[in-house]
Amino acid sequence: MDISPFFFYLFGGLAILFSLFVVLKKSPVASAFSLVLVFFSFAAIYAVLGAHLIAALQVLVYAGAIMVLFIFVIMLLNQDVPSFDIARTHVVIRAVAVVATVALFGAFVWVFKNSALPAARGGFSASAIEMAGGNTVVVSELMFNQYILPFEVTSILLLAAMVGAVAIAKRQKSSAEVLREAAANQRKQAGRAAVGGAK
Amino acid sequence: MSLFQIIFMIGQILILTLILIHNAPIMAWVERRGAALMQNRLGPNRIGPLGLFQSAADGIKFIFKEDQIPGHVSKFYYVLAPLVSLVPSFLTFAVIPYGSQIDLGGGQILKFQIADLNVGILFTLAIASLGVYGIIMSGWASNSKYAMMGSLRSSSQMISYELSMGLSLVGILMVFSSVKLGDIAAAQGQTLLQLGPIALPKWGIFIQPLGFLIFMTSVFAETNRLPFDLPEGESEIVAGYHLEYGSMKFAILQMAEYNNMLTGSGLLATLYFGGWQMLFPLGQIYSHLALSGMTADWVRVAFEIGSFTVKVLFFMWFFVWVRWTLPRFRYDQLMDLGWKVMLPLSLVNLFITAVMISYGVI
Repeated sequence: MDISPFFFYLFGGLAILFSLFVVLKKSPVASAFSLVLVFFSFAAIYAVLGAHLIAALQVLVYAGAIMVLFIFVIMLLNQDVPSFDIARTHVVIRAVAVVATVALFGAFVWVFKNSALPAARGGFSASAIEMAGGNTVVVSELMFNQYILPFEVTSILLLAAMVGAVAIAKRQKSSAEVLREAAANQRKQAGRAAVGGAK
Repeated sequence: MSLFQIIFMIGQILILTLILIHNAPIMAWVERRGAALMQNRLGPNRIGPLGLFQSAADGIKFIFKEDQIPGHVSKFYYVLAPLVSLVPSFLTFAVIPYGSQIDLGGGQILKFQIADLNVGILFTLAIASLGVYGIIMSGWASNSKYAMMGSLRSSSQMISYELSMGLSLVGILMVFSSVKLGDIAAAQGQTLLQLGPIALPKWGIFIQPLGFLIFMTSVFAETNRLPFDLPEGESEIVAGYHLEYGSMKFAILQMAEYNNMLTGSGLLATLYFGGWQMLFPLGQIYSHLALSGMTADWVRVAFEIGSFTVKVLFFMWFFVWVRWTLPRFRYDQLMDLGWKVMLPLSLVNLFITAVMISYGVI
């Protein structure tokens, strides 16, 4: 545990650096790749803190699955428009952005100065977790015994979101739209036949 | 940790890294000879006995070839991409146990596994899912339509098959109630059925036959091997994501693929074929030898590593075998298989496993 501060600052610094890249890079794909590295740095910080399960899940879910989907969509749209170009933004928007950023930073400082940290620690110290059989065992036992209801409710929420997404993607066309499309198709075919005849 | 343990750890890291580096050239030779065998031709047979040094010649060629970077690529990502796919392919093997352990006494235990993490298999899944970035990056940085198509295909394929792969694994994790690969391999030493003189071991494949089929198919899809090699389908998109790559960069992309195959084979052997549990004659020979003390431990581990190697080699050969037997899927067939067959089947498998465990059958 004596080397962890060094790694904490190393990966924390990397996370901040790559977060800046996410915002400042002009190409959307490059931004997305930087975001992957941000997630990876987070995972490294979790691992240094001894939370191996969270680290693995962070890489598996965020870096491995969600970001692949993001990049897939970005590449499919093949956007060449730069996602960020400071010259094109309005002066007012720039001013608002600066003020909002400073205000947010101020809010963070205020919260950390005034909150009662360090908060009371629970029974889950690093050594206690090691005694109970490691992160994975402890987390899964808690999740499937004590917190089974919140866990199930969350999964139902996710399921509802999934069903909603599918419903939006597969939206039924109204009958008027179907008729209009059929008519358009007919006209197109008739036009093609006329052209063919002329040849 | 004593000095001996540290040296042992560094030693096994070095040896496994060397094996992974030499995996690609050897497998390239096996693949070409295997293809020739199945297509009734000779294959490479000029350099060395049975053409064994052909791969060395190829390697020398790859290194000394002019290292060209096409003018239309995005240079930074183009150079980075092969490395991004190579590094995860080395890391994933770290949690696979290739032998049990030796108790040296005094609380010193030698584990024949590089890292016995308590997240176990999740580590492999997490790192393996990063390998796709190499393919995506190479396709995107190449700035070529075919390469782009290849990487788009690859990313959608990976997302689709990762689901059924993870779900089929859950069955195994439920049965052995651990995510540590070492525990899973050790638990498979028990006897499932005693049929007269033959003892059927409690291997994953006997408990989870459906899960094994789904997992194996998903491994084929995740490693982009035939019949799922849509990302590089030669007849459709020339060479897919590595179209614009030449010399050693191309070789590195190939190396990553072969290393992923090795990890996939290692996982299949560990999860479903008893891992380092001794194969049929070896276990009997070992008990007949009736050794004792330190010698017994080392002989046991040697037998275990031998058994594990045989199992892994079988699956490596299986990859080659399937490649030259089955034709490539059409893209819509691939997607249908992933989402409409494999995913529901893995859910069914999960349900059956849960019911059987709750009734105490397994």
